[in-house]
Amino acid sequence: MTGERPIGEDDLQAFVDGRLSASQRESVRAYLADHPAAATQVEREIEQRDALRARLAFKAQEPIPSRLRVANLLAARRRTPLIRPAAFAAALAWLVIGGGLGAWGGIWWSARAYRQADAMTVADNAIAAHRIYVSERLHPVEVPGDQEAHLVQWLSRRVGKPLTAPNLNAQGYRLIGGRLLPDSGEAAALFMYENAGGSRLTLYARSRENESETSFRFEEQDGVSACSWIDNGLSYVVTAKADRAQLLPIAEAIYKQLEAAGDPAKSRL
Amino acid sequence: MDEIASLLEPLIPGLRRYAWALLRDGEAADDLVQDTLERAISRWNQRRDGDLRAWLFTIQRNLFINSLRQRKVRGTPVGEEVLNDVQSPDMSPEGHAGLRDVLKGLEALPEEQRSILLLVGVEDLSYEQAAQVLGVPLGTVMSRLSRARARLRDFMEHGRGAALRRVK
Repeated sequence: MTGERPIGEDDLQAFVDGRLSASQRESVRAYLADHPAAATQVEREIEQRDALRARLAFKAQEPIPSRLRVANLLAARRRTPLIRPAAFAAALAWLVIGGGLGAWGGIWWSARAYRQADAMTVADNAIAAHRIYVSERLHPVEVPGDQEAHLVQWLSRRVGKPLTAPNLNAQGYRLIGGRLLPDSGEAAALFMYENAGGSRLTLYARSRENESETSFRFEEQDGVSACSWIDNGLSYVVTAKADRAQLLPIAEAIYKQLEAAGDPAKSRL
Repeated sequence: MDEIASLLEPLIPGLRRYAWALLRDGEAADDLVQDTLERAISRWNQRRDGDLRAWLFTIQRNLFINSLRQRKVRGTPVGEEVLNDVQSPDMSPEGHAGLRDVLKGLEALPEEQRSILLLVGVEDLSYEQAAQVLGVPLGTVMSRLSRARARLRDFMEHGRGAALRRVK
């Protein structure tokens, strides 16, 4: 390779990406033959690039969902001119490039932000259900807690996912029963608990299409607090007339129990 | 109108793939793609001459970064630590260990490194296009690419930087 410029890191990257001309490629090959460490590095990087492509290929092969068809987007636009101008303005305001947030948190949070609207709906429905049924004296539940097995089986079947009624004895609450509710055209389950003082707490659960996880989301509406999260394809909302410090430990306890129940290997431990 | 559709539609699979790789959530990813397309359509006339693909990826990434920043103005995370022992969702059975790990490795990288690996390595954007999407000079693209690959390699070999929240 006399008379040629030395091989640098950029050449190696372009080699990994297959973006070199035939003669450049030959130069890099010759260089790698003399530099085994670089050769190993390049080999790994090609493998990892290919692995990443292979792992993600399925997404590009999926049929395009109808809501992303350009014709539908154009039609929607004609119906409602200037969709969400505020959102676009906000997006524009943030055009600054940067980022530096931790990757993991970034994935979580961005998914969260995009699902926030939906999550809010579920939480709102759960809070509404809480308000209506918790104050009910005669018929707070459809199936009482002493028929727990039947209740859980029934609600699981209707919601379409295996549910568990967590045991909250340690938190001072006992299951008094549950009921089936409609939520945006789907079935949702409501479990109700009561403590010795007569305070009631509800756990709302409905199925989510995609298996995903989110962190806890807390909100308070007129004295009622709700803590929601998504796990294992289910959206959960714990609601009680309590403050954040009281509700969070309960939500965590529920989360842990459901997590264990969702993983048979773990629950046997 | 038909022109817009015929130009945009072939690019949607790539946008969905990039969005999914960033967000790892099908619905959220398609929300992002939808926002991207709506924005592209609404600004169609302001599109500069040049690369439509790079322009779309630029919009999408900016919207994504915007959503990252919204964490600061939206609700406060609480009790996140209880998720420390969340099982990572298992990949499909056909995804053997190597394939599964590469996504874990990707997750362990900062966004700008993830994006460069995805845009160049998966979406096959040219280095110039990647520079446009990321808003950095070409030289930065190359050095960032090199760093990102080194870090991914390191992760795959040593599991370092494996600070995924999985304290068990």
